[in-house]
Amino acid sequence: MIDVINLEKHFGDNEVLRGIDVTINKGDIVVVIGPSGSGKSTFLRCLNCMEDPTGGQIIFNGVDIADMKVNINVHRRHMGMVFQHFNLFQNKTVIQNIMLAPVYLQCQDLRKDKRYNRWTKFTNIFRGKNKKELRQITTDAATIKREAKENAMSLLKRIGLEDKADAYPSTLSGGQKQRVAIVRSLAMNPDVILFDEPTSALDPEMVGEVLDLMKALAKEGMTMVIVTHEMGFAKEVATNVIFIDEGKILESGEPKEFFGNPKNPRLKEFLSKVLA
Amino acid sequence: MGNFGLKVNRFYEIFVEQNGYVKVLEGLKNTLLIAVIGLIIGIAIGTLIAAIRTIPQYKVLPRVLNGICSVYVGIFRGTPMVVQLLVFYYVMLPLMGVKMTGVQVSMIVFGLNSAAYISEIMRSGIMSVDSGQMEAGRAVGLSYGTTMMKIVIPQAVKNILPTLGNEFIALIKETSVVSFVGATDLYVAFNYIGSNSYEFMVPYLVMALIYIVLVLIITLGIKTMERSLRRSDRRH
Repeated sequence: MIDVINLEKHFGDNEVLRGIDVTINKGDIVVVIGPSGSGKSTFLRCLNCMEDPTGGQIIFNGVDIADMKVNINVHRRHMGMVFQHFNLFQNKTVIQNIMLAPVYLQCQDLRKDKRYNRWTKFTNIFRGKNKKELRQITTDAATIKREAKENAMSLLKRIGLEDKADAYPSTLSGGQKQRVAIVRSLAMNPDVILFDEPTSALDPEMVGEVLDLMKALAKEGMTMVIVTHEMGFAKEVATNVIFIDEGKILESGEPKEFFGNPKNPRLKEFLSKVLA
Repeated sequence: MGNFGLKVNRFYEIFVEQNGYVKVLEGLKNTLLIAVIGLIIGIAIGTLIAAIRTIPQYKVLPRVLNGICSVYVGIFRGTPMVVQLLVFYYVMLPLMGVKMTGVQVSMIVFGLNSAAYISEIMRSGIMSVDSGQMEAGRAVGLSYGTTMMKIVIPQAVKNILPTLGNEFIALIKETSVVSFVGATDLYVAFNYIGSNSYEFMVPYLVMALIYIVLVLIITLGIKTMERSLRRSDRRH
């Protein structure tokens, strides 16, 4: 689903990523680990072009999204992202946070289709026999809104926060915020979700609830790319673990082999520090 | 204080019996109109400028636009309002061959002038919003413009509302220079009463009172707005 080919990123003279090649298939749960400053967060942020790559390709569903000419907004709809600091929209309630993007984007598409149809109807007058087909419009703004709301409520029910639907994010605890952020990205029905250290800013007792939700998603077959320091989680859930240091992948493999029998000396040193 | 009583009587005479109040009402209307329309134009253009100036500057177009905006802000912050009014009224209008009343000119110039200040206020407001908000908007597939409009600017406005109120108050008070282009504002109205009665003490005192009351009302309005906008900050 995602093919990363020789990905490079530098900020000025600072080379952060120096040629990364990864293939992520549907249903994979890729956990990226590495010391701080290794480029693992940058790698994740390059995957949805939050940072524009300076070299290489990212083929997502057949399109190279690293190409600056591609309309990245279209592809980001299919890539959820969860941030270390949650980044819920502060001026929106919980349910608005979840509904905003689906409703806005679907209504935008609807308007585009309607505009196209109006124009085509007009030009068809002059077209004689071979008239252009109109696009099918099967929905309207009210339906989109209602369905998005139902979907948002069922997502909130899933994380047990339906009573917080009309609360503002500032009234939630860290764990609640992060779970809302996860279902916000789920509301777009993404093909893949990117997690950028989702538990690093949480109190220890709230880490569990967020990891549980992520495990549940993993079980449902959601494709995930996760940057994390939770080694236990990586061991348990990952299908593939990647170790990045100094902008390169030094080792990758299945968690059993990766943690049980690390080969790269840098990884051995890192694991001995982290797991100690 | 007998003298003062006499002065009040004289003011009353002109104000009520010789229709001075009509002039004052017209002045009040113009003062408010110029300040409100000026503020609206200022917010619209100022927000646009601020949004343009906060676009990341790696492409050519944003850089060019940013340059234009800085020149605009430089010009309008670098000259006094009176000078702008005079230049617009006596230089620009004849050059363009357009006829406008003093009030219309004042509205436009006040709008353009406050846009320069509001753009800087708004820019600081936008920069005070956590960059994660923009990232989160972009990550769910919203465009830069949409995220700006729906997420960042509403939060920015909340942060800068007190400063924006200041700007409005400053505008109200600065309308006292529009007589330079022949518009009737509060100052002109009371000046008219004063010169008709040869007595300026009471008219100017009343004028000062009206300005204070106006500003107090605005302050109250802004406080109410702030409170309702700050809902999202508190538990409830």
